[in-house]
Amino acid sequence: MLKLTRYVLYDIIRSRVVLAYAVFLLLVSFSLFQLEENHSKAILSLLNIVLIVVPLISMIFTTIHYYNSYEFIELMLSQPLSRTRILLSEYAGVAISMIAAFLLGVGVPVLVYSPDPTGITLIFTGAGLTLVFTSIAFLASVKARDKARGIGSVLLLWFYFSLIYDGLVMLILFAFSDYPMEKFTLLLAALNPVDLGRISIMLKLDVSALMGYTGALYKDFFGSNTGVLFTSAMMLVWTAIPLWTALVIFQKKDM
Amino acid sequence: MIRIENLKKKFKKLQALDDINAIFSSGQVISLIGPNGSGKTTLIKTILGMVKADSGKVFVDSKPINGDPSYRSNIGYMPQIGRYPDNMKVGHLFSMMKNIRTVPESSLDTDLLVRFNLVSIFDKPMRTLSGGTRQKVSAALAFYFNPDILILDEPTAGLDPLSSEILKEKILQEKRKNKLILITSHILSDLDELTTHVMYLQEGKMIFLKDIETLRRETGEDKLVKAIAGIMRSDKKNALWIDEVLAIKATKENP
Amino acid sequence: MRSLLTILFSLVALVVSAGIIEVGKDKNTKSLKLGVSLAKSGDTIMLYPGLYREGNIVISKQIQLIGVGNPVLDGELKHEMLTITGHNIVVKGITFRNAGYSSFNDYAAIKIIDAGNVRVEDNNIINSSFAIHIANSTESIIRGNTIRGNNKSEHSSGNGIHLWKCSGMLVENNSIEGHRDGIYFEFVTFSNIVKNRSEKNIRYGLHFMFSNDDNYQDNIFRNNGAGVAVMFSKKVTMTRNHFEENWGAAAYGILLKEIKEGTIRQNTFVKNTVGIFMEGSSRLNIEKNVFMNNGWAVKVQASCDENTFNFNNFYGNSFDVSTNGTMTLNKFSGNYWDKYEGYDLDRNGVGDVPFHPVSMYGMIIEQNPTTLILLRSFMVSLLDKAEKAIPSLTPENLIDDKPMIKPHRL
Repeated sequence: MLKLTRYVLYDIIRSRVVLAYAVFLLLVSFSLFQLEENHSKAILSLLNIVLIVVPLISMIFTTIHYYNSYEFIELMLSQPLSRTRILLSEYAGVAISMIAAFLLGVGVPVLVYSPDPTGITLIFTGAGLTLVFTSIAFLASVKARDKARGIGSVLLLWFYFSLIYDGLVMLILFAFSDYPMEKFTLLLAALNPVDLGRISIMLKLDVSALMGYTGALYKDFFGSNTGVLFTSAMMLVWTAIPLWTALVIFQKKDM
Repeated sequence: MIRIENLKKKFKKLQALDDINAIFSSGQVISLIGPNGSGKTTLIKTILGMVKADSGKVFVDSKPINGDPSYRSNIGYMPQIGRYPDNMKVGHLFSMMKNIRTVPESSLDTDLLVRFNLVSIFDKPMRTLSGGTRQKVSAALAFYFNPDILILDEPTAGLDPLSSEILKEKILQEKRKNKLILITSHILSDLDELTTHVMYLQEGKMIFLKDIETLRRETGEDKLVKAIAGIMRSDKKNALWIDEVLAIKATKENP
Repeated sequence: MRSLLTILFSLVALVVSAGIIEVGKDKNTKSLKLGVSLAKSGDTIMLYPGLYREGNIVISKQIQLIGVGNPVLDGELKHEMLTITGHNIVVKGITFRNAGYSSFNDYAAIKIIDAGNVRVEDNNIINSSFAIHIANSTESIIRGNTIRGNNKSEHSSGNGIHLWKCSGMLVENNSIEGHRDGIYFEFVTFSNIVKNRSEKNIRYGLHFMFSNDDNYQDNIFRNNGAGVAVMFSKKVTMTRNHFEENWGAAAYGILLKEIKEGTIRQNTFVKNTVGIFMEGSSRLNIEKNVFMNNGWAVKVQASCDENTFNFNNFYGNSFDVSTNGTMTLNKFSGNYWDKYEGYDLDRNGVGDVPFHPVSMYGMIIEQNPTTLILLRSFMVSLLDKAEKAIPSLTPENLIDDKPMIKPHRL
């Protein structure tokens, strides 16, 4: 498996797109830290990058990579290798290179300029979201018939997770504002990896606001060790289930 | 070596394989022929596990091909259109395959590598190669691991006459080693002298599978092309032959 | 040699003008009670190290009670230890512990009642419900005391430094922890609260009511249950204080209720759930303060008017300003807002377009607090951007007409 992953990685590095992604993140991060006198404001802008750009790029890159490696996958399929092994190697290769690019592009500047709990949480969240959205994109790619459909569905998914879902949450909260919705809201947040990531960073950034009103409940839950464990577990579930589904579909797929 | 039982496959509305039964044994060179879209490539891909059949079974070395992919280590496959990772260099491709299969250097068959002079282009990326050169790479790769079964999908298409001749010689050589060689083609002229058996497919159905002597005798044509053309022209004869095919099948199953 | 002589001479002078009574285990006077009864006005009692369990001691003469080498008075959780009444009395350098508690009387470690010109300095007061309780007194100084409460419930605990109906007082350099209210002022006028540190109290770090013409400055109020409350008072000046980490649903850096004509200047508000909460307050000048990393920097209720917010710095707050009404009777000008995204074409340091400190999402939160879970989401920032372009819900006139491009140097 590692052998195959190595070749996938080699191929990805040769294409230089990941390198461009890393350099882009690095430039943005450094310039944010340079421009803003106040590092917390830079962290805030980086938060948006982590929550919006990282999922988007992870998904689009994964999809394009999948279709570009179609030949490689075909070649491997004619070899004595199981399909599970081939797809997992592909996933590992993409995930490793995306996370490496993220750590280089965002992790390093954050550690240099703002190595506090907020920064560390930001790095972990970004890495987690990379894993999750790479996995989701694999599912979409394996399921979609061609590149255009693959990228289309991935864009829709991104739109859903980063915008539409929160809109729906707000609608629900207003529709049922007469009921105690706090616990239910916790559940809603767990059903979107972007929200999970956002809340973990928010706990560090907006702890003061969270201590007021119902926020204290969110803080008590997500801020506790159980909450951190829960968030990590949910992120893992969000990685594992799409990947597993992708494997099942890939097993039956005709190449 | 390969036994196919009641194999069926449907793509949407198209019945690609319709109840195929056949037995291929070592020492045979089988020409798999039929018009475009008759199911030749689908049959090959099913044997390789790249296409999953709707029903029916394929046995390789009397083992069913579901699950364990290790049977493919015994098969060399040359695809119709060789597609390889764009950025990979030719030499790297061969070393990667070697690495994945973990076979000792001594058991490798580098005959075609030498004869096609591929070593001289080892540092060229795959994307810079012409269609013909890719075919050479594919051919060399199929024979590289010295497999007992060779599946060649349109091997001579796109090859220059000289290379085509080299490949033919190679196939002949392997035939003498008592290997099973499966060749698809829709033009046969250049493979006449190699073929021992002809399997004819049309619209997913197997019209006949018989040895070349019988075929020549029955059509009264010395040249294989003409013999086949004769069959294609006359539908009536097909019905007759189906009975014969079944008869042949029966004898093959109980030798 | 010379200094020794000086000390000798001054001692002689003291002996001449006033007597010294030494109280200690190995002195002639073994009991403090006895010492106090022996003392005449103008005398000094030197209290030597030891543990004194003598119940309640009343001082009504003009004496100085000075602890030498940290003597300890223990109230055995039953008694009020020192009751002071009269003028020109000093209590200094003594550790008080375990004052009594009663649900009828406000027992305190030191109670000062109907007194003037009293100085309570450099004492340690441990595990008492009320530590220093002052009523109906004037011109006294409470300075340099360290007060540690036992941090029980709000009802069973008393205040650290409690002043009722006083005037011309100075509370300085004290450190108070673990009481109900760190410092409590009710009907106290013309007084100063300076350089105190009030932390981890159950309710308020400073509780301030019906007290006019007072000034508090350079204090630190941190991590108190409900922050600081300043209520029903006029002409209060609050300068260079730090309000930090006051967290909770009803915790405020400062809660201002019915405050008129005060000044809040050069204070720092960091990591409070709400920096300043204003209700029914008017004619306050709030200037040159720093609001950093608060949940809400300022909440101005609709009942406030004619307050001005000038030259403050707002950074890293989840919300800068929120209000429950649409009327805008308060004025914001010349503040620095880190959320300001305008431009400064003429390069005069002032942004060319006004800033709306109240965000759309801030208004939504007011209506439906559960939606706090959506804080910092992409949808919320789009919503805020849309609202900035076409204001519909946020108060249109609540603007800073001169938002600064760079933070003020404060």
